[in-house]
Amino acid sequence: MKRTVILGALTVAGMAATVASAGTLDDVKARGKLNCGVTTGLVGFAAPDANGNWDGFDVGVCRAVAAAVLGDPTAVEFVPTTGKTRFTALASGEIDLLARNTTWTFSRDVDLKFEFIGINYYDGQGFMVPKALGVSSAKELDGATVCIQTGTTTELNLADFFRANNISYEPVPIETNAEAQPLYLEGACDVYTTDASGLAATRAAFENPGDHVVLPEIISKEPLGPLVRHGDNEWADITRWTLNALIAAEELGVTSANIEELKAGTENPEINRLLGTEDNLGGMLGLDADWAVRAISAGGNYGELFEKNIGENTPIGLSRGLNALWTNGGLLYTPPFR
Amino acid sequence: MSTLTDPPVESFRLSQLINDTRYRSYTFQFIALLCLIALMSYLGLNLVRNLAAAGLNISYDFLGKPAGYDINQRLIEYDSQSTHMRAAVVGVLNTLLVAVLGCVMATVIGVIVGVLRLSKNWLISKLMAIYVEIFRNVPVLIWILIVMQVFVAILPQPRDFRGDNATASMVLDSFAFTGRGFYSPKPIFGDGSAIVIAAFVLSIIGIFLYRAHARKMLFQKGQMLPTFWPSIAMFLVPTILVFFLAGQPITLEYPELKGFNFQGGIFARNSLIALTFALSIYTAAFIAENVRAGILAISKGQTEAAASLGLRPNRIMNLVILPQALRVIIPPLISQYLNLTKNSSLAIAVGYMDLTGTLGGITLNQTGRAIECVLLLMLFYLTISLAISGIMNVYNNAVKLKER
Repeated sequence: MKRTVILGALTVAGMAATVASAGTLDDVKARGKLNCGVTTGLVGFAAPDANGNWDGFDVGVCRAVAAAVLGDPTAVEFVPTTGKTRFTALASGEIDLLARNTTWTFSRDVDLKFEFIGINYYDGQGFMVPKALGVSSAKELDGATVCIQTGTTTELNLADFFRANNISYEPVPIETNAEAQPLYLEGACDVYTTDASGLAATRAAFENPGDHVVLPEIISKEPLGPLVRHGDNEWADITRWTLNALIAAEELGVTSANIEELKAGTENPEINRLLGTEDNLGGMLGLDADWAVRAISAGGNYGELFEKNIGENTPIGLSRGLNALWTNGGLLYTPPFR
Repeated sequence: MSTLTDPPVESFRLSQLINDTRYRSYTFQFIALLCLIALMSYLGLNLVRNLAAAGLNISYDFLGKPAGYDINQRLIEYDSQSTHMRAAVVGVLNTLLVAVLGCVMATVIGVIVGVLRLSKNWLISKLMAIYVEIFRNVPVLIWILIVMQVFVAILPQPRDFRGDNATASMVLDSFAFTGRGFYSPKPIFGDGSAIVIAAFVLSIIGIFLYRAHARKMLFQKGQMLPTFWPSIAMFLVPTILVFFLAGQPITLEYPELKGFNFQGGIFARNSLIALTFALSIYTAAFIAENVRAGILAISKGQTEAAASLGLRPNRIMNLVILPQALRVIIPPLISQYLNLTKNSSLAIAVGYMDLTGTLGGITLNQTGRAIECVLLLMLFYLTISLAISGIMNVYNNAVKLKER
């Protein structure tokens, strides 16, 4: 009994004991590896392949940061985190960066002392119902049984939505997407709700996707983005601008294919600044001039990452939608590199 | 003549703390305790300091803020505007509900199986052995998932009851067994129902009094009164009589298919049923072994002696063997109850909102206050476990062999 207490306390205190002070960049460099928190496995966003190599959209962010900082996109230690463990892992310094479909909210940013470095996926919560129910709007769902992935912001949005519309529902909390899917298909719940991207991915995996409709209501904003600890502005800047570099690269037409050619120097001064041939933005970050070149070469620009992992030609099959560049009617907009 | 002199009173010397076996163990325990306290305070201080360095603090303020999420099963009033504290209490009550139902059911199944495993009937004893071995040796989480899957996959869903060519129908037009749970009629208490309830309560008290009387007769005069049939009769007859005399004040509300679900009646969610059932059949396998061990611990001579007095086998079991076996059975039974209660924290696997689901799940996630929530969770479980252990030990003291 005593031993258990000691071990338990050791774990709690051990986690806290490694809290990194300012200087994550030095820690990462000294370690030679970036510790990156990801999901325990969500195909398209972060999942290990048959050889144990992590792959996915969120993984792409980790690799880009590792490439920018350490010069090696494979110098990443992926730490799978669950909805429950993710914030503790980050706060305790177990990971340097959390890239895990995490919604940017006020309390997470302010109260939990984290720093969201940007948004890599704009999402919103939706509802999916079997077509046979004949429901065309979420407001007709009075009395329905709703399956939810518990411990996410979706749970709160759901409560708010039904409360605001003065209708009742029966929540069925389920821990993971994999568990919720059979329950929904067997009819143990009438409705399945989660982020619209998740609904699309889930529906695509069904035998008859056509039998299910995603209702038009999107009841929340779910800006998903990577985050770091509060208080290390240098590190936050590096990660933030690495993400921005991926987005800017798409906007400027820099891809993993033509980057070698472009980094020799171009007519466009912004590309030159991004790729380090003009000014020295990398130096301001405490890195070298080639940081963005390495980040972009790691997995391609934002658009390439999207198409490769979750785009329309993948089984996930998501269209760019809100995640298109601002120039294409989407919301992706990065501050200028100057 | 020899005189007895008192042995000289030994004065306590400091070196005895090390050299005298009487004191040495205390000395070392005291040193160990000091080390433990030092270690714990070091770890605690380290935690607080590091949290402070990260700009965080240990704060339980969130307990008073609105939780913002809904809980499907609640034994007390709760909505999404209630506080996190209330959500935690809802979770505690749900945990206790599963624990109580599960312990009762596990005990009943466990005792029956344990006794049957010792049956002379080869088939029965082997079947029980198979049951015990299968359930003991597969993790309880797997059983919970299997039971839930069976419920969801085999039972019809509300949609199957709908339409003209419905594939499922209600039993007796009043019970619906669906993959979402069981619906049954709910009694509605009208005017005059108090008399019926009073009659019911009185007849229950009557049963206890009668059984006490029967026991007294048996012990004092050796006269054996029947207890089973009179108890059944006392349980049913007066209540039914009063019910009709009072003009049937209690009516039933039947579940009806309305909208997406059945409405009305009593609804027992499949998550609750599946969890309780899985936990109790799992724990029952362990209890069965405890019961078997307890019975085997009683000398065979007791059975033979009782048989030679002309007692029938079930009387031998009830009057001679089980009362003696209880003192062997109860202490391990306490730990099985504790196990069941703690295993109920696997509830989230079937979407049952127990303490781990509310405080340790959603609240922890929404507030991000992991250390605070986990500490509180440990405190709650510790309290529940110690309470169960305490109550059961009181019972153990009541039934254990009285030595005079």
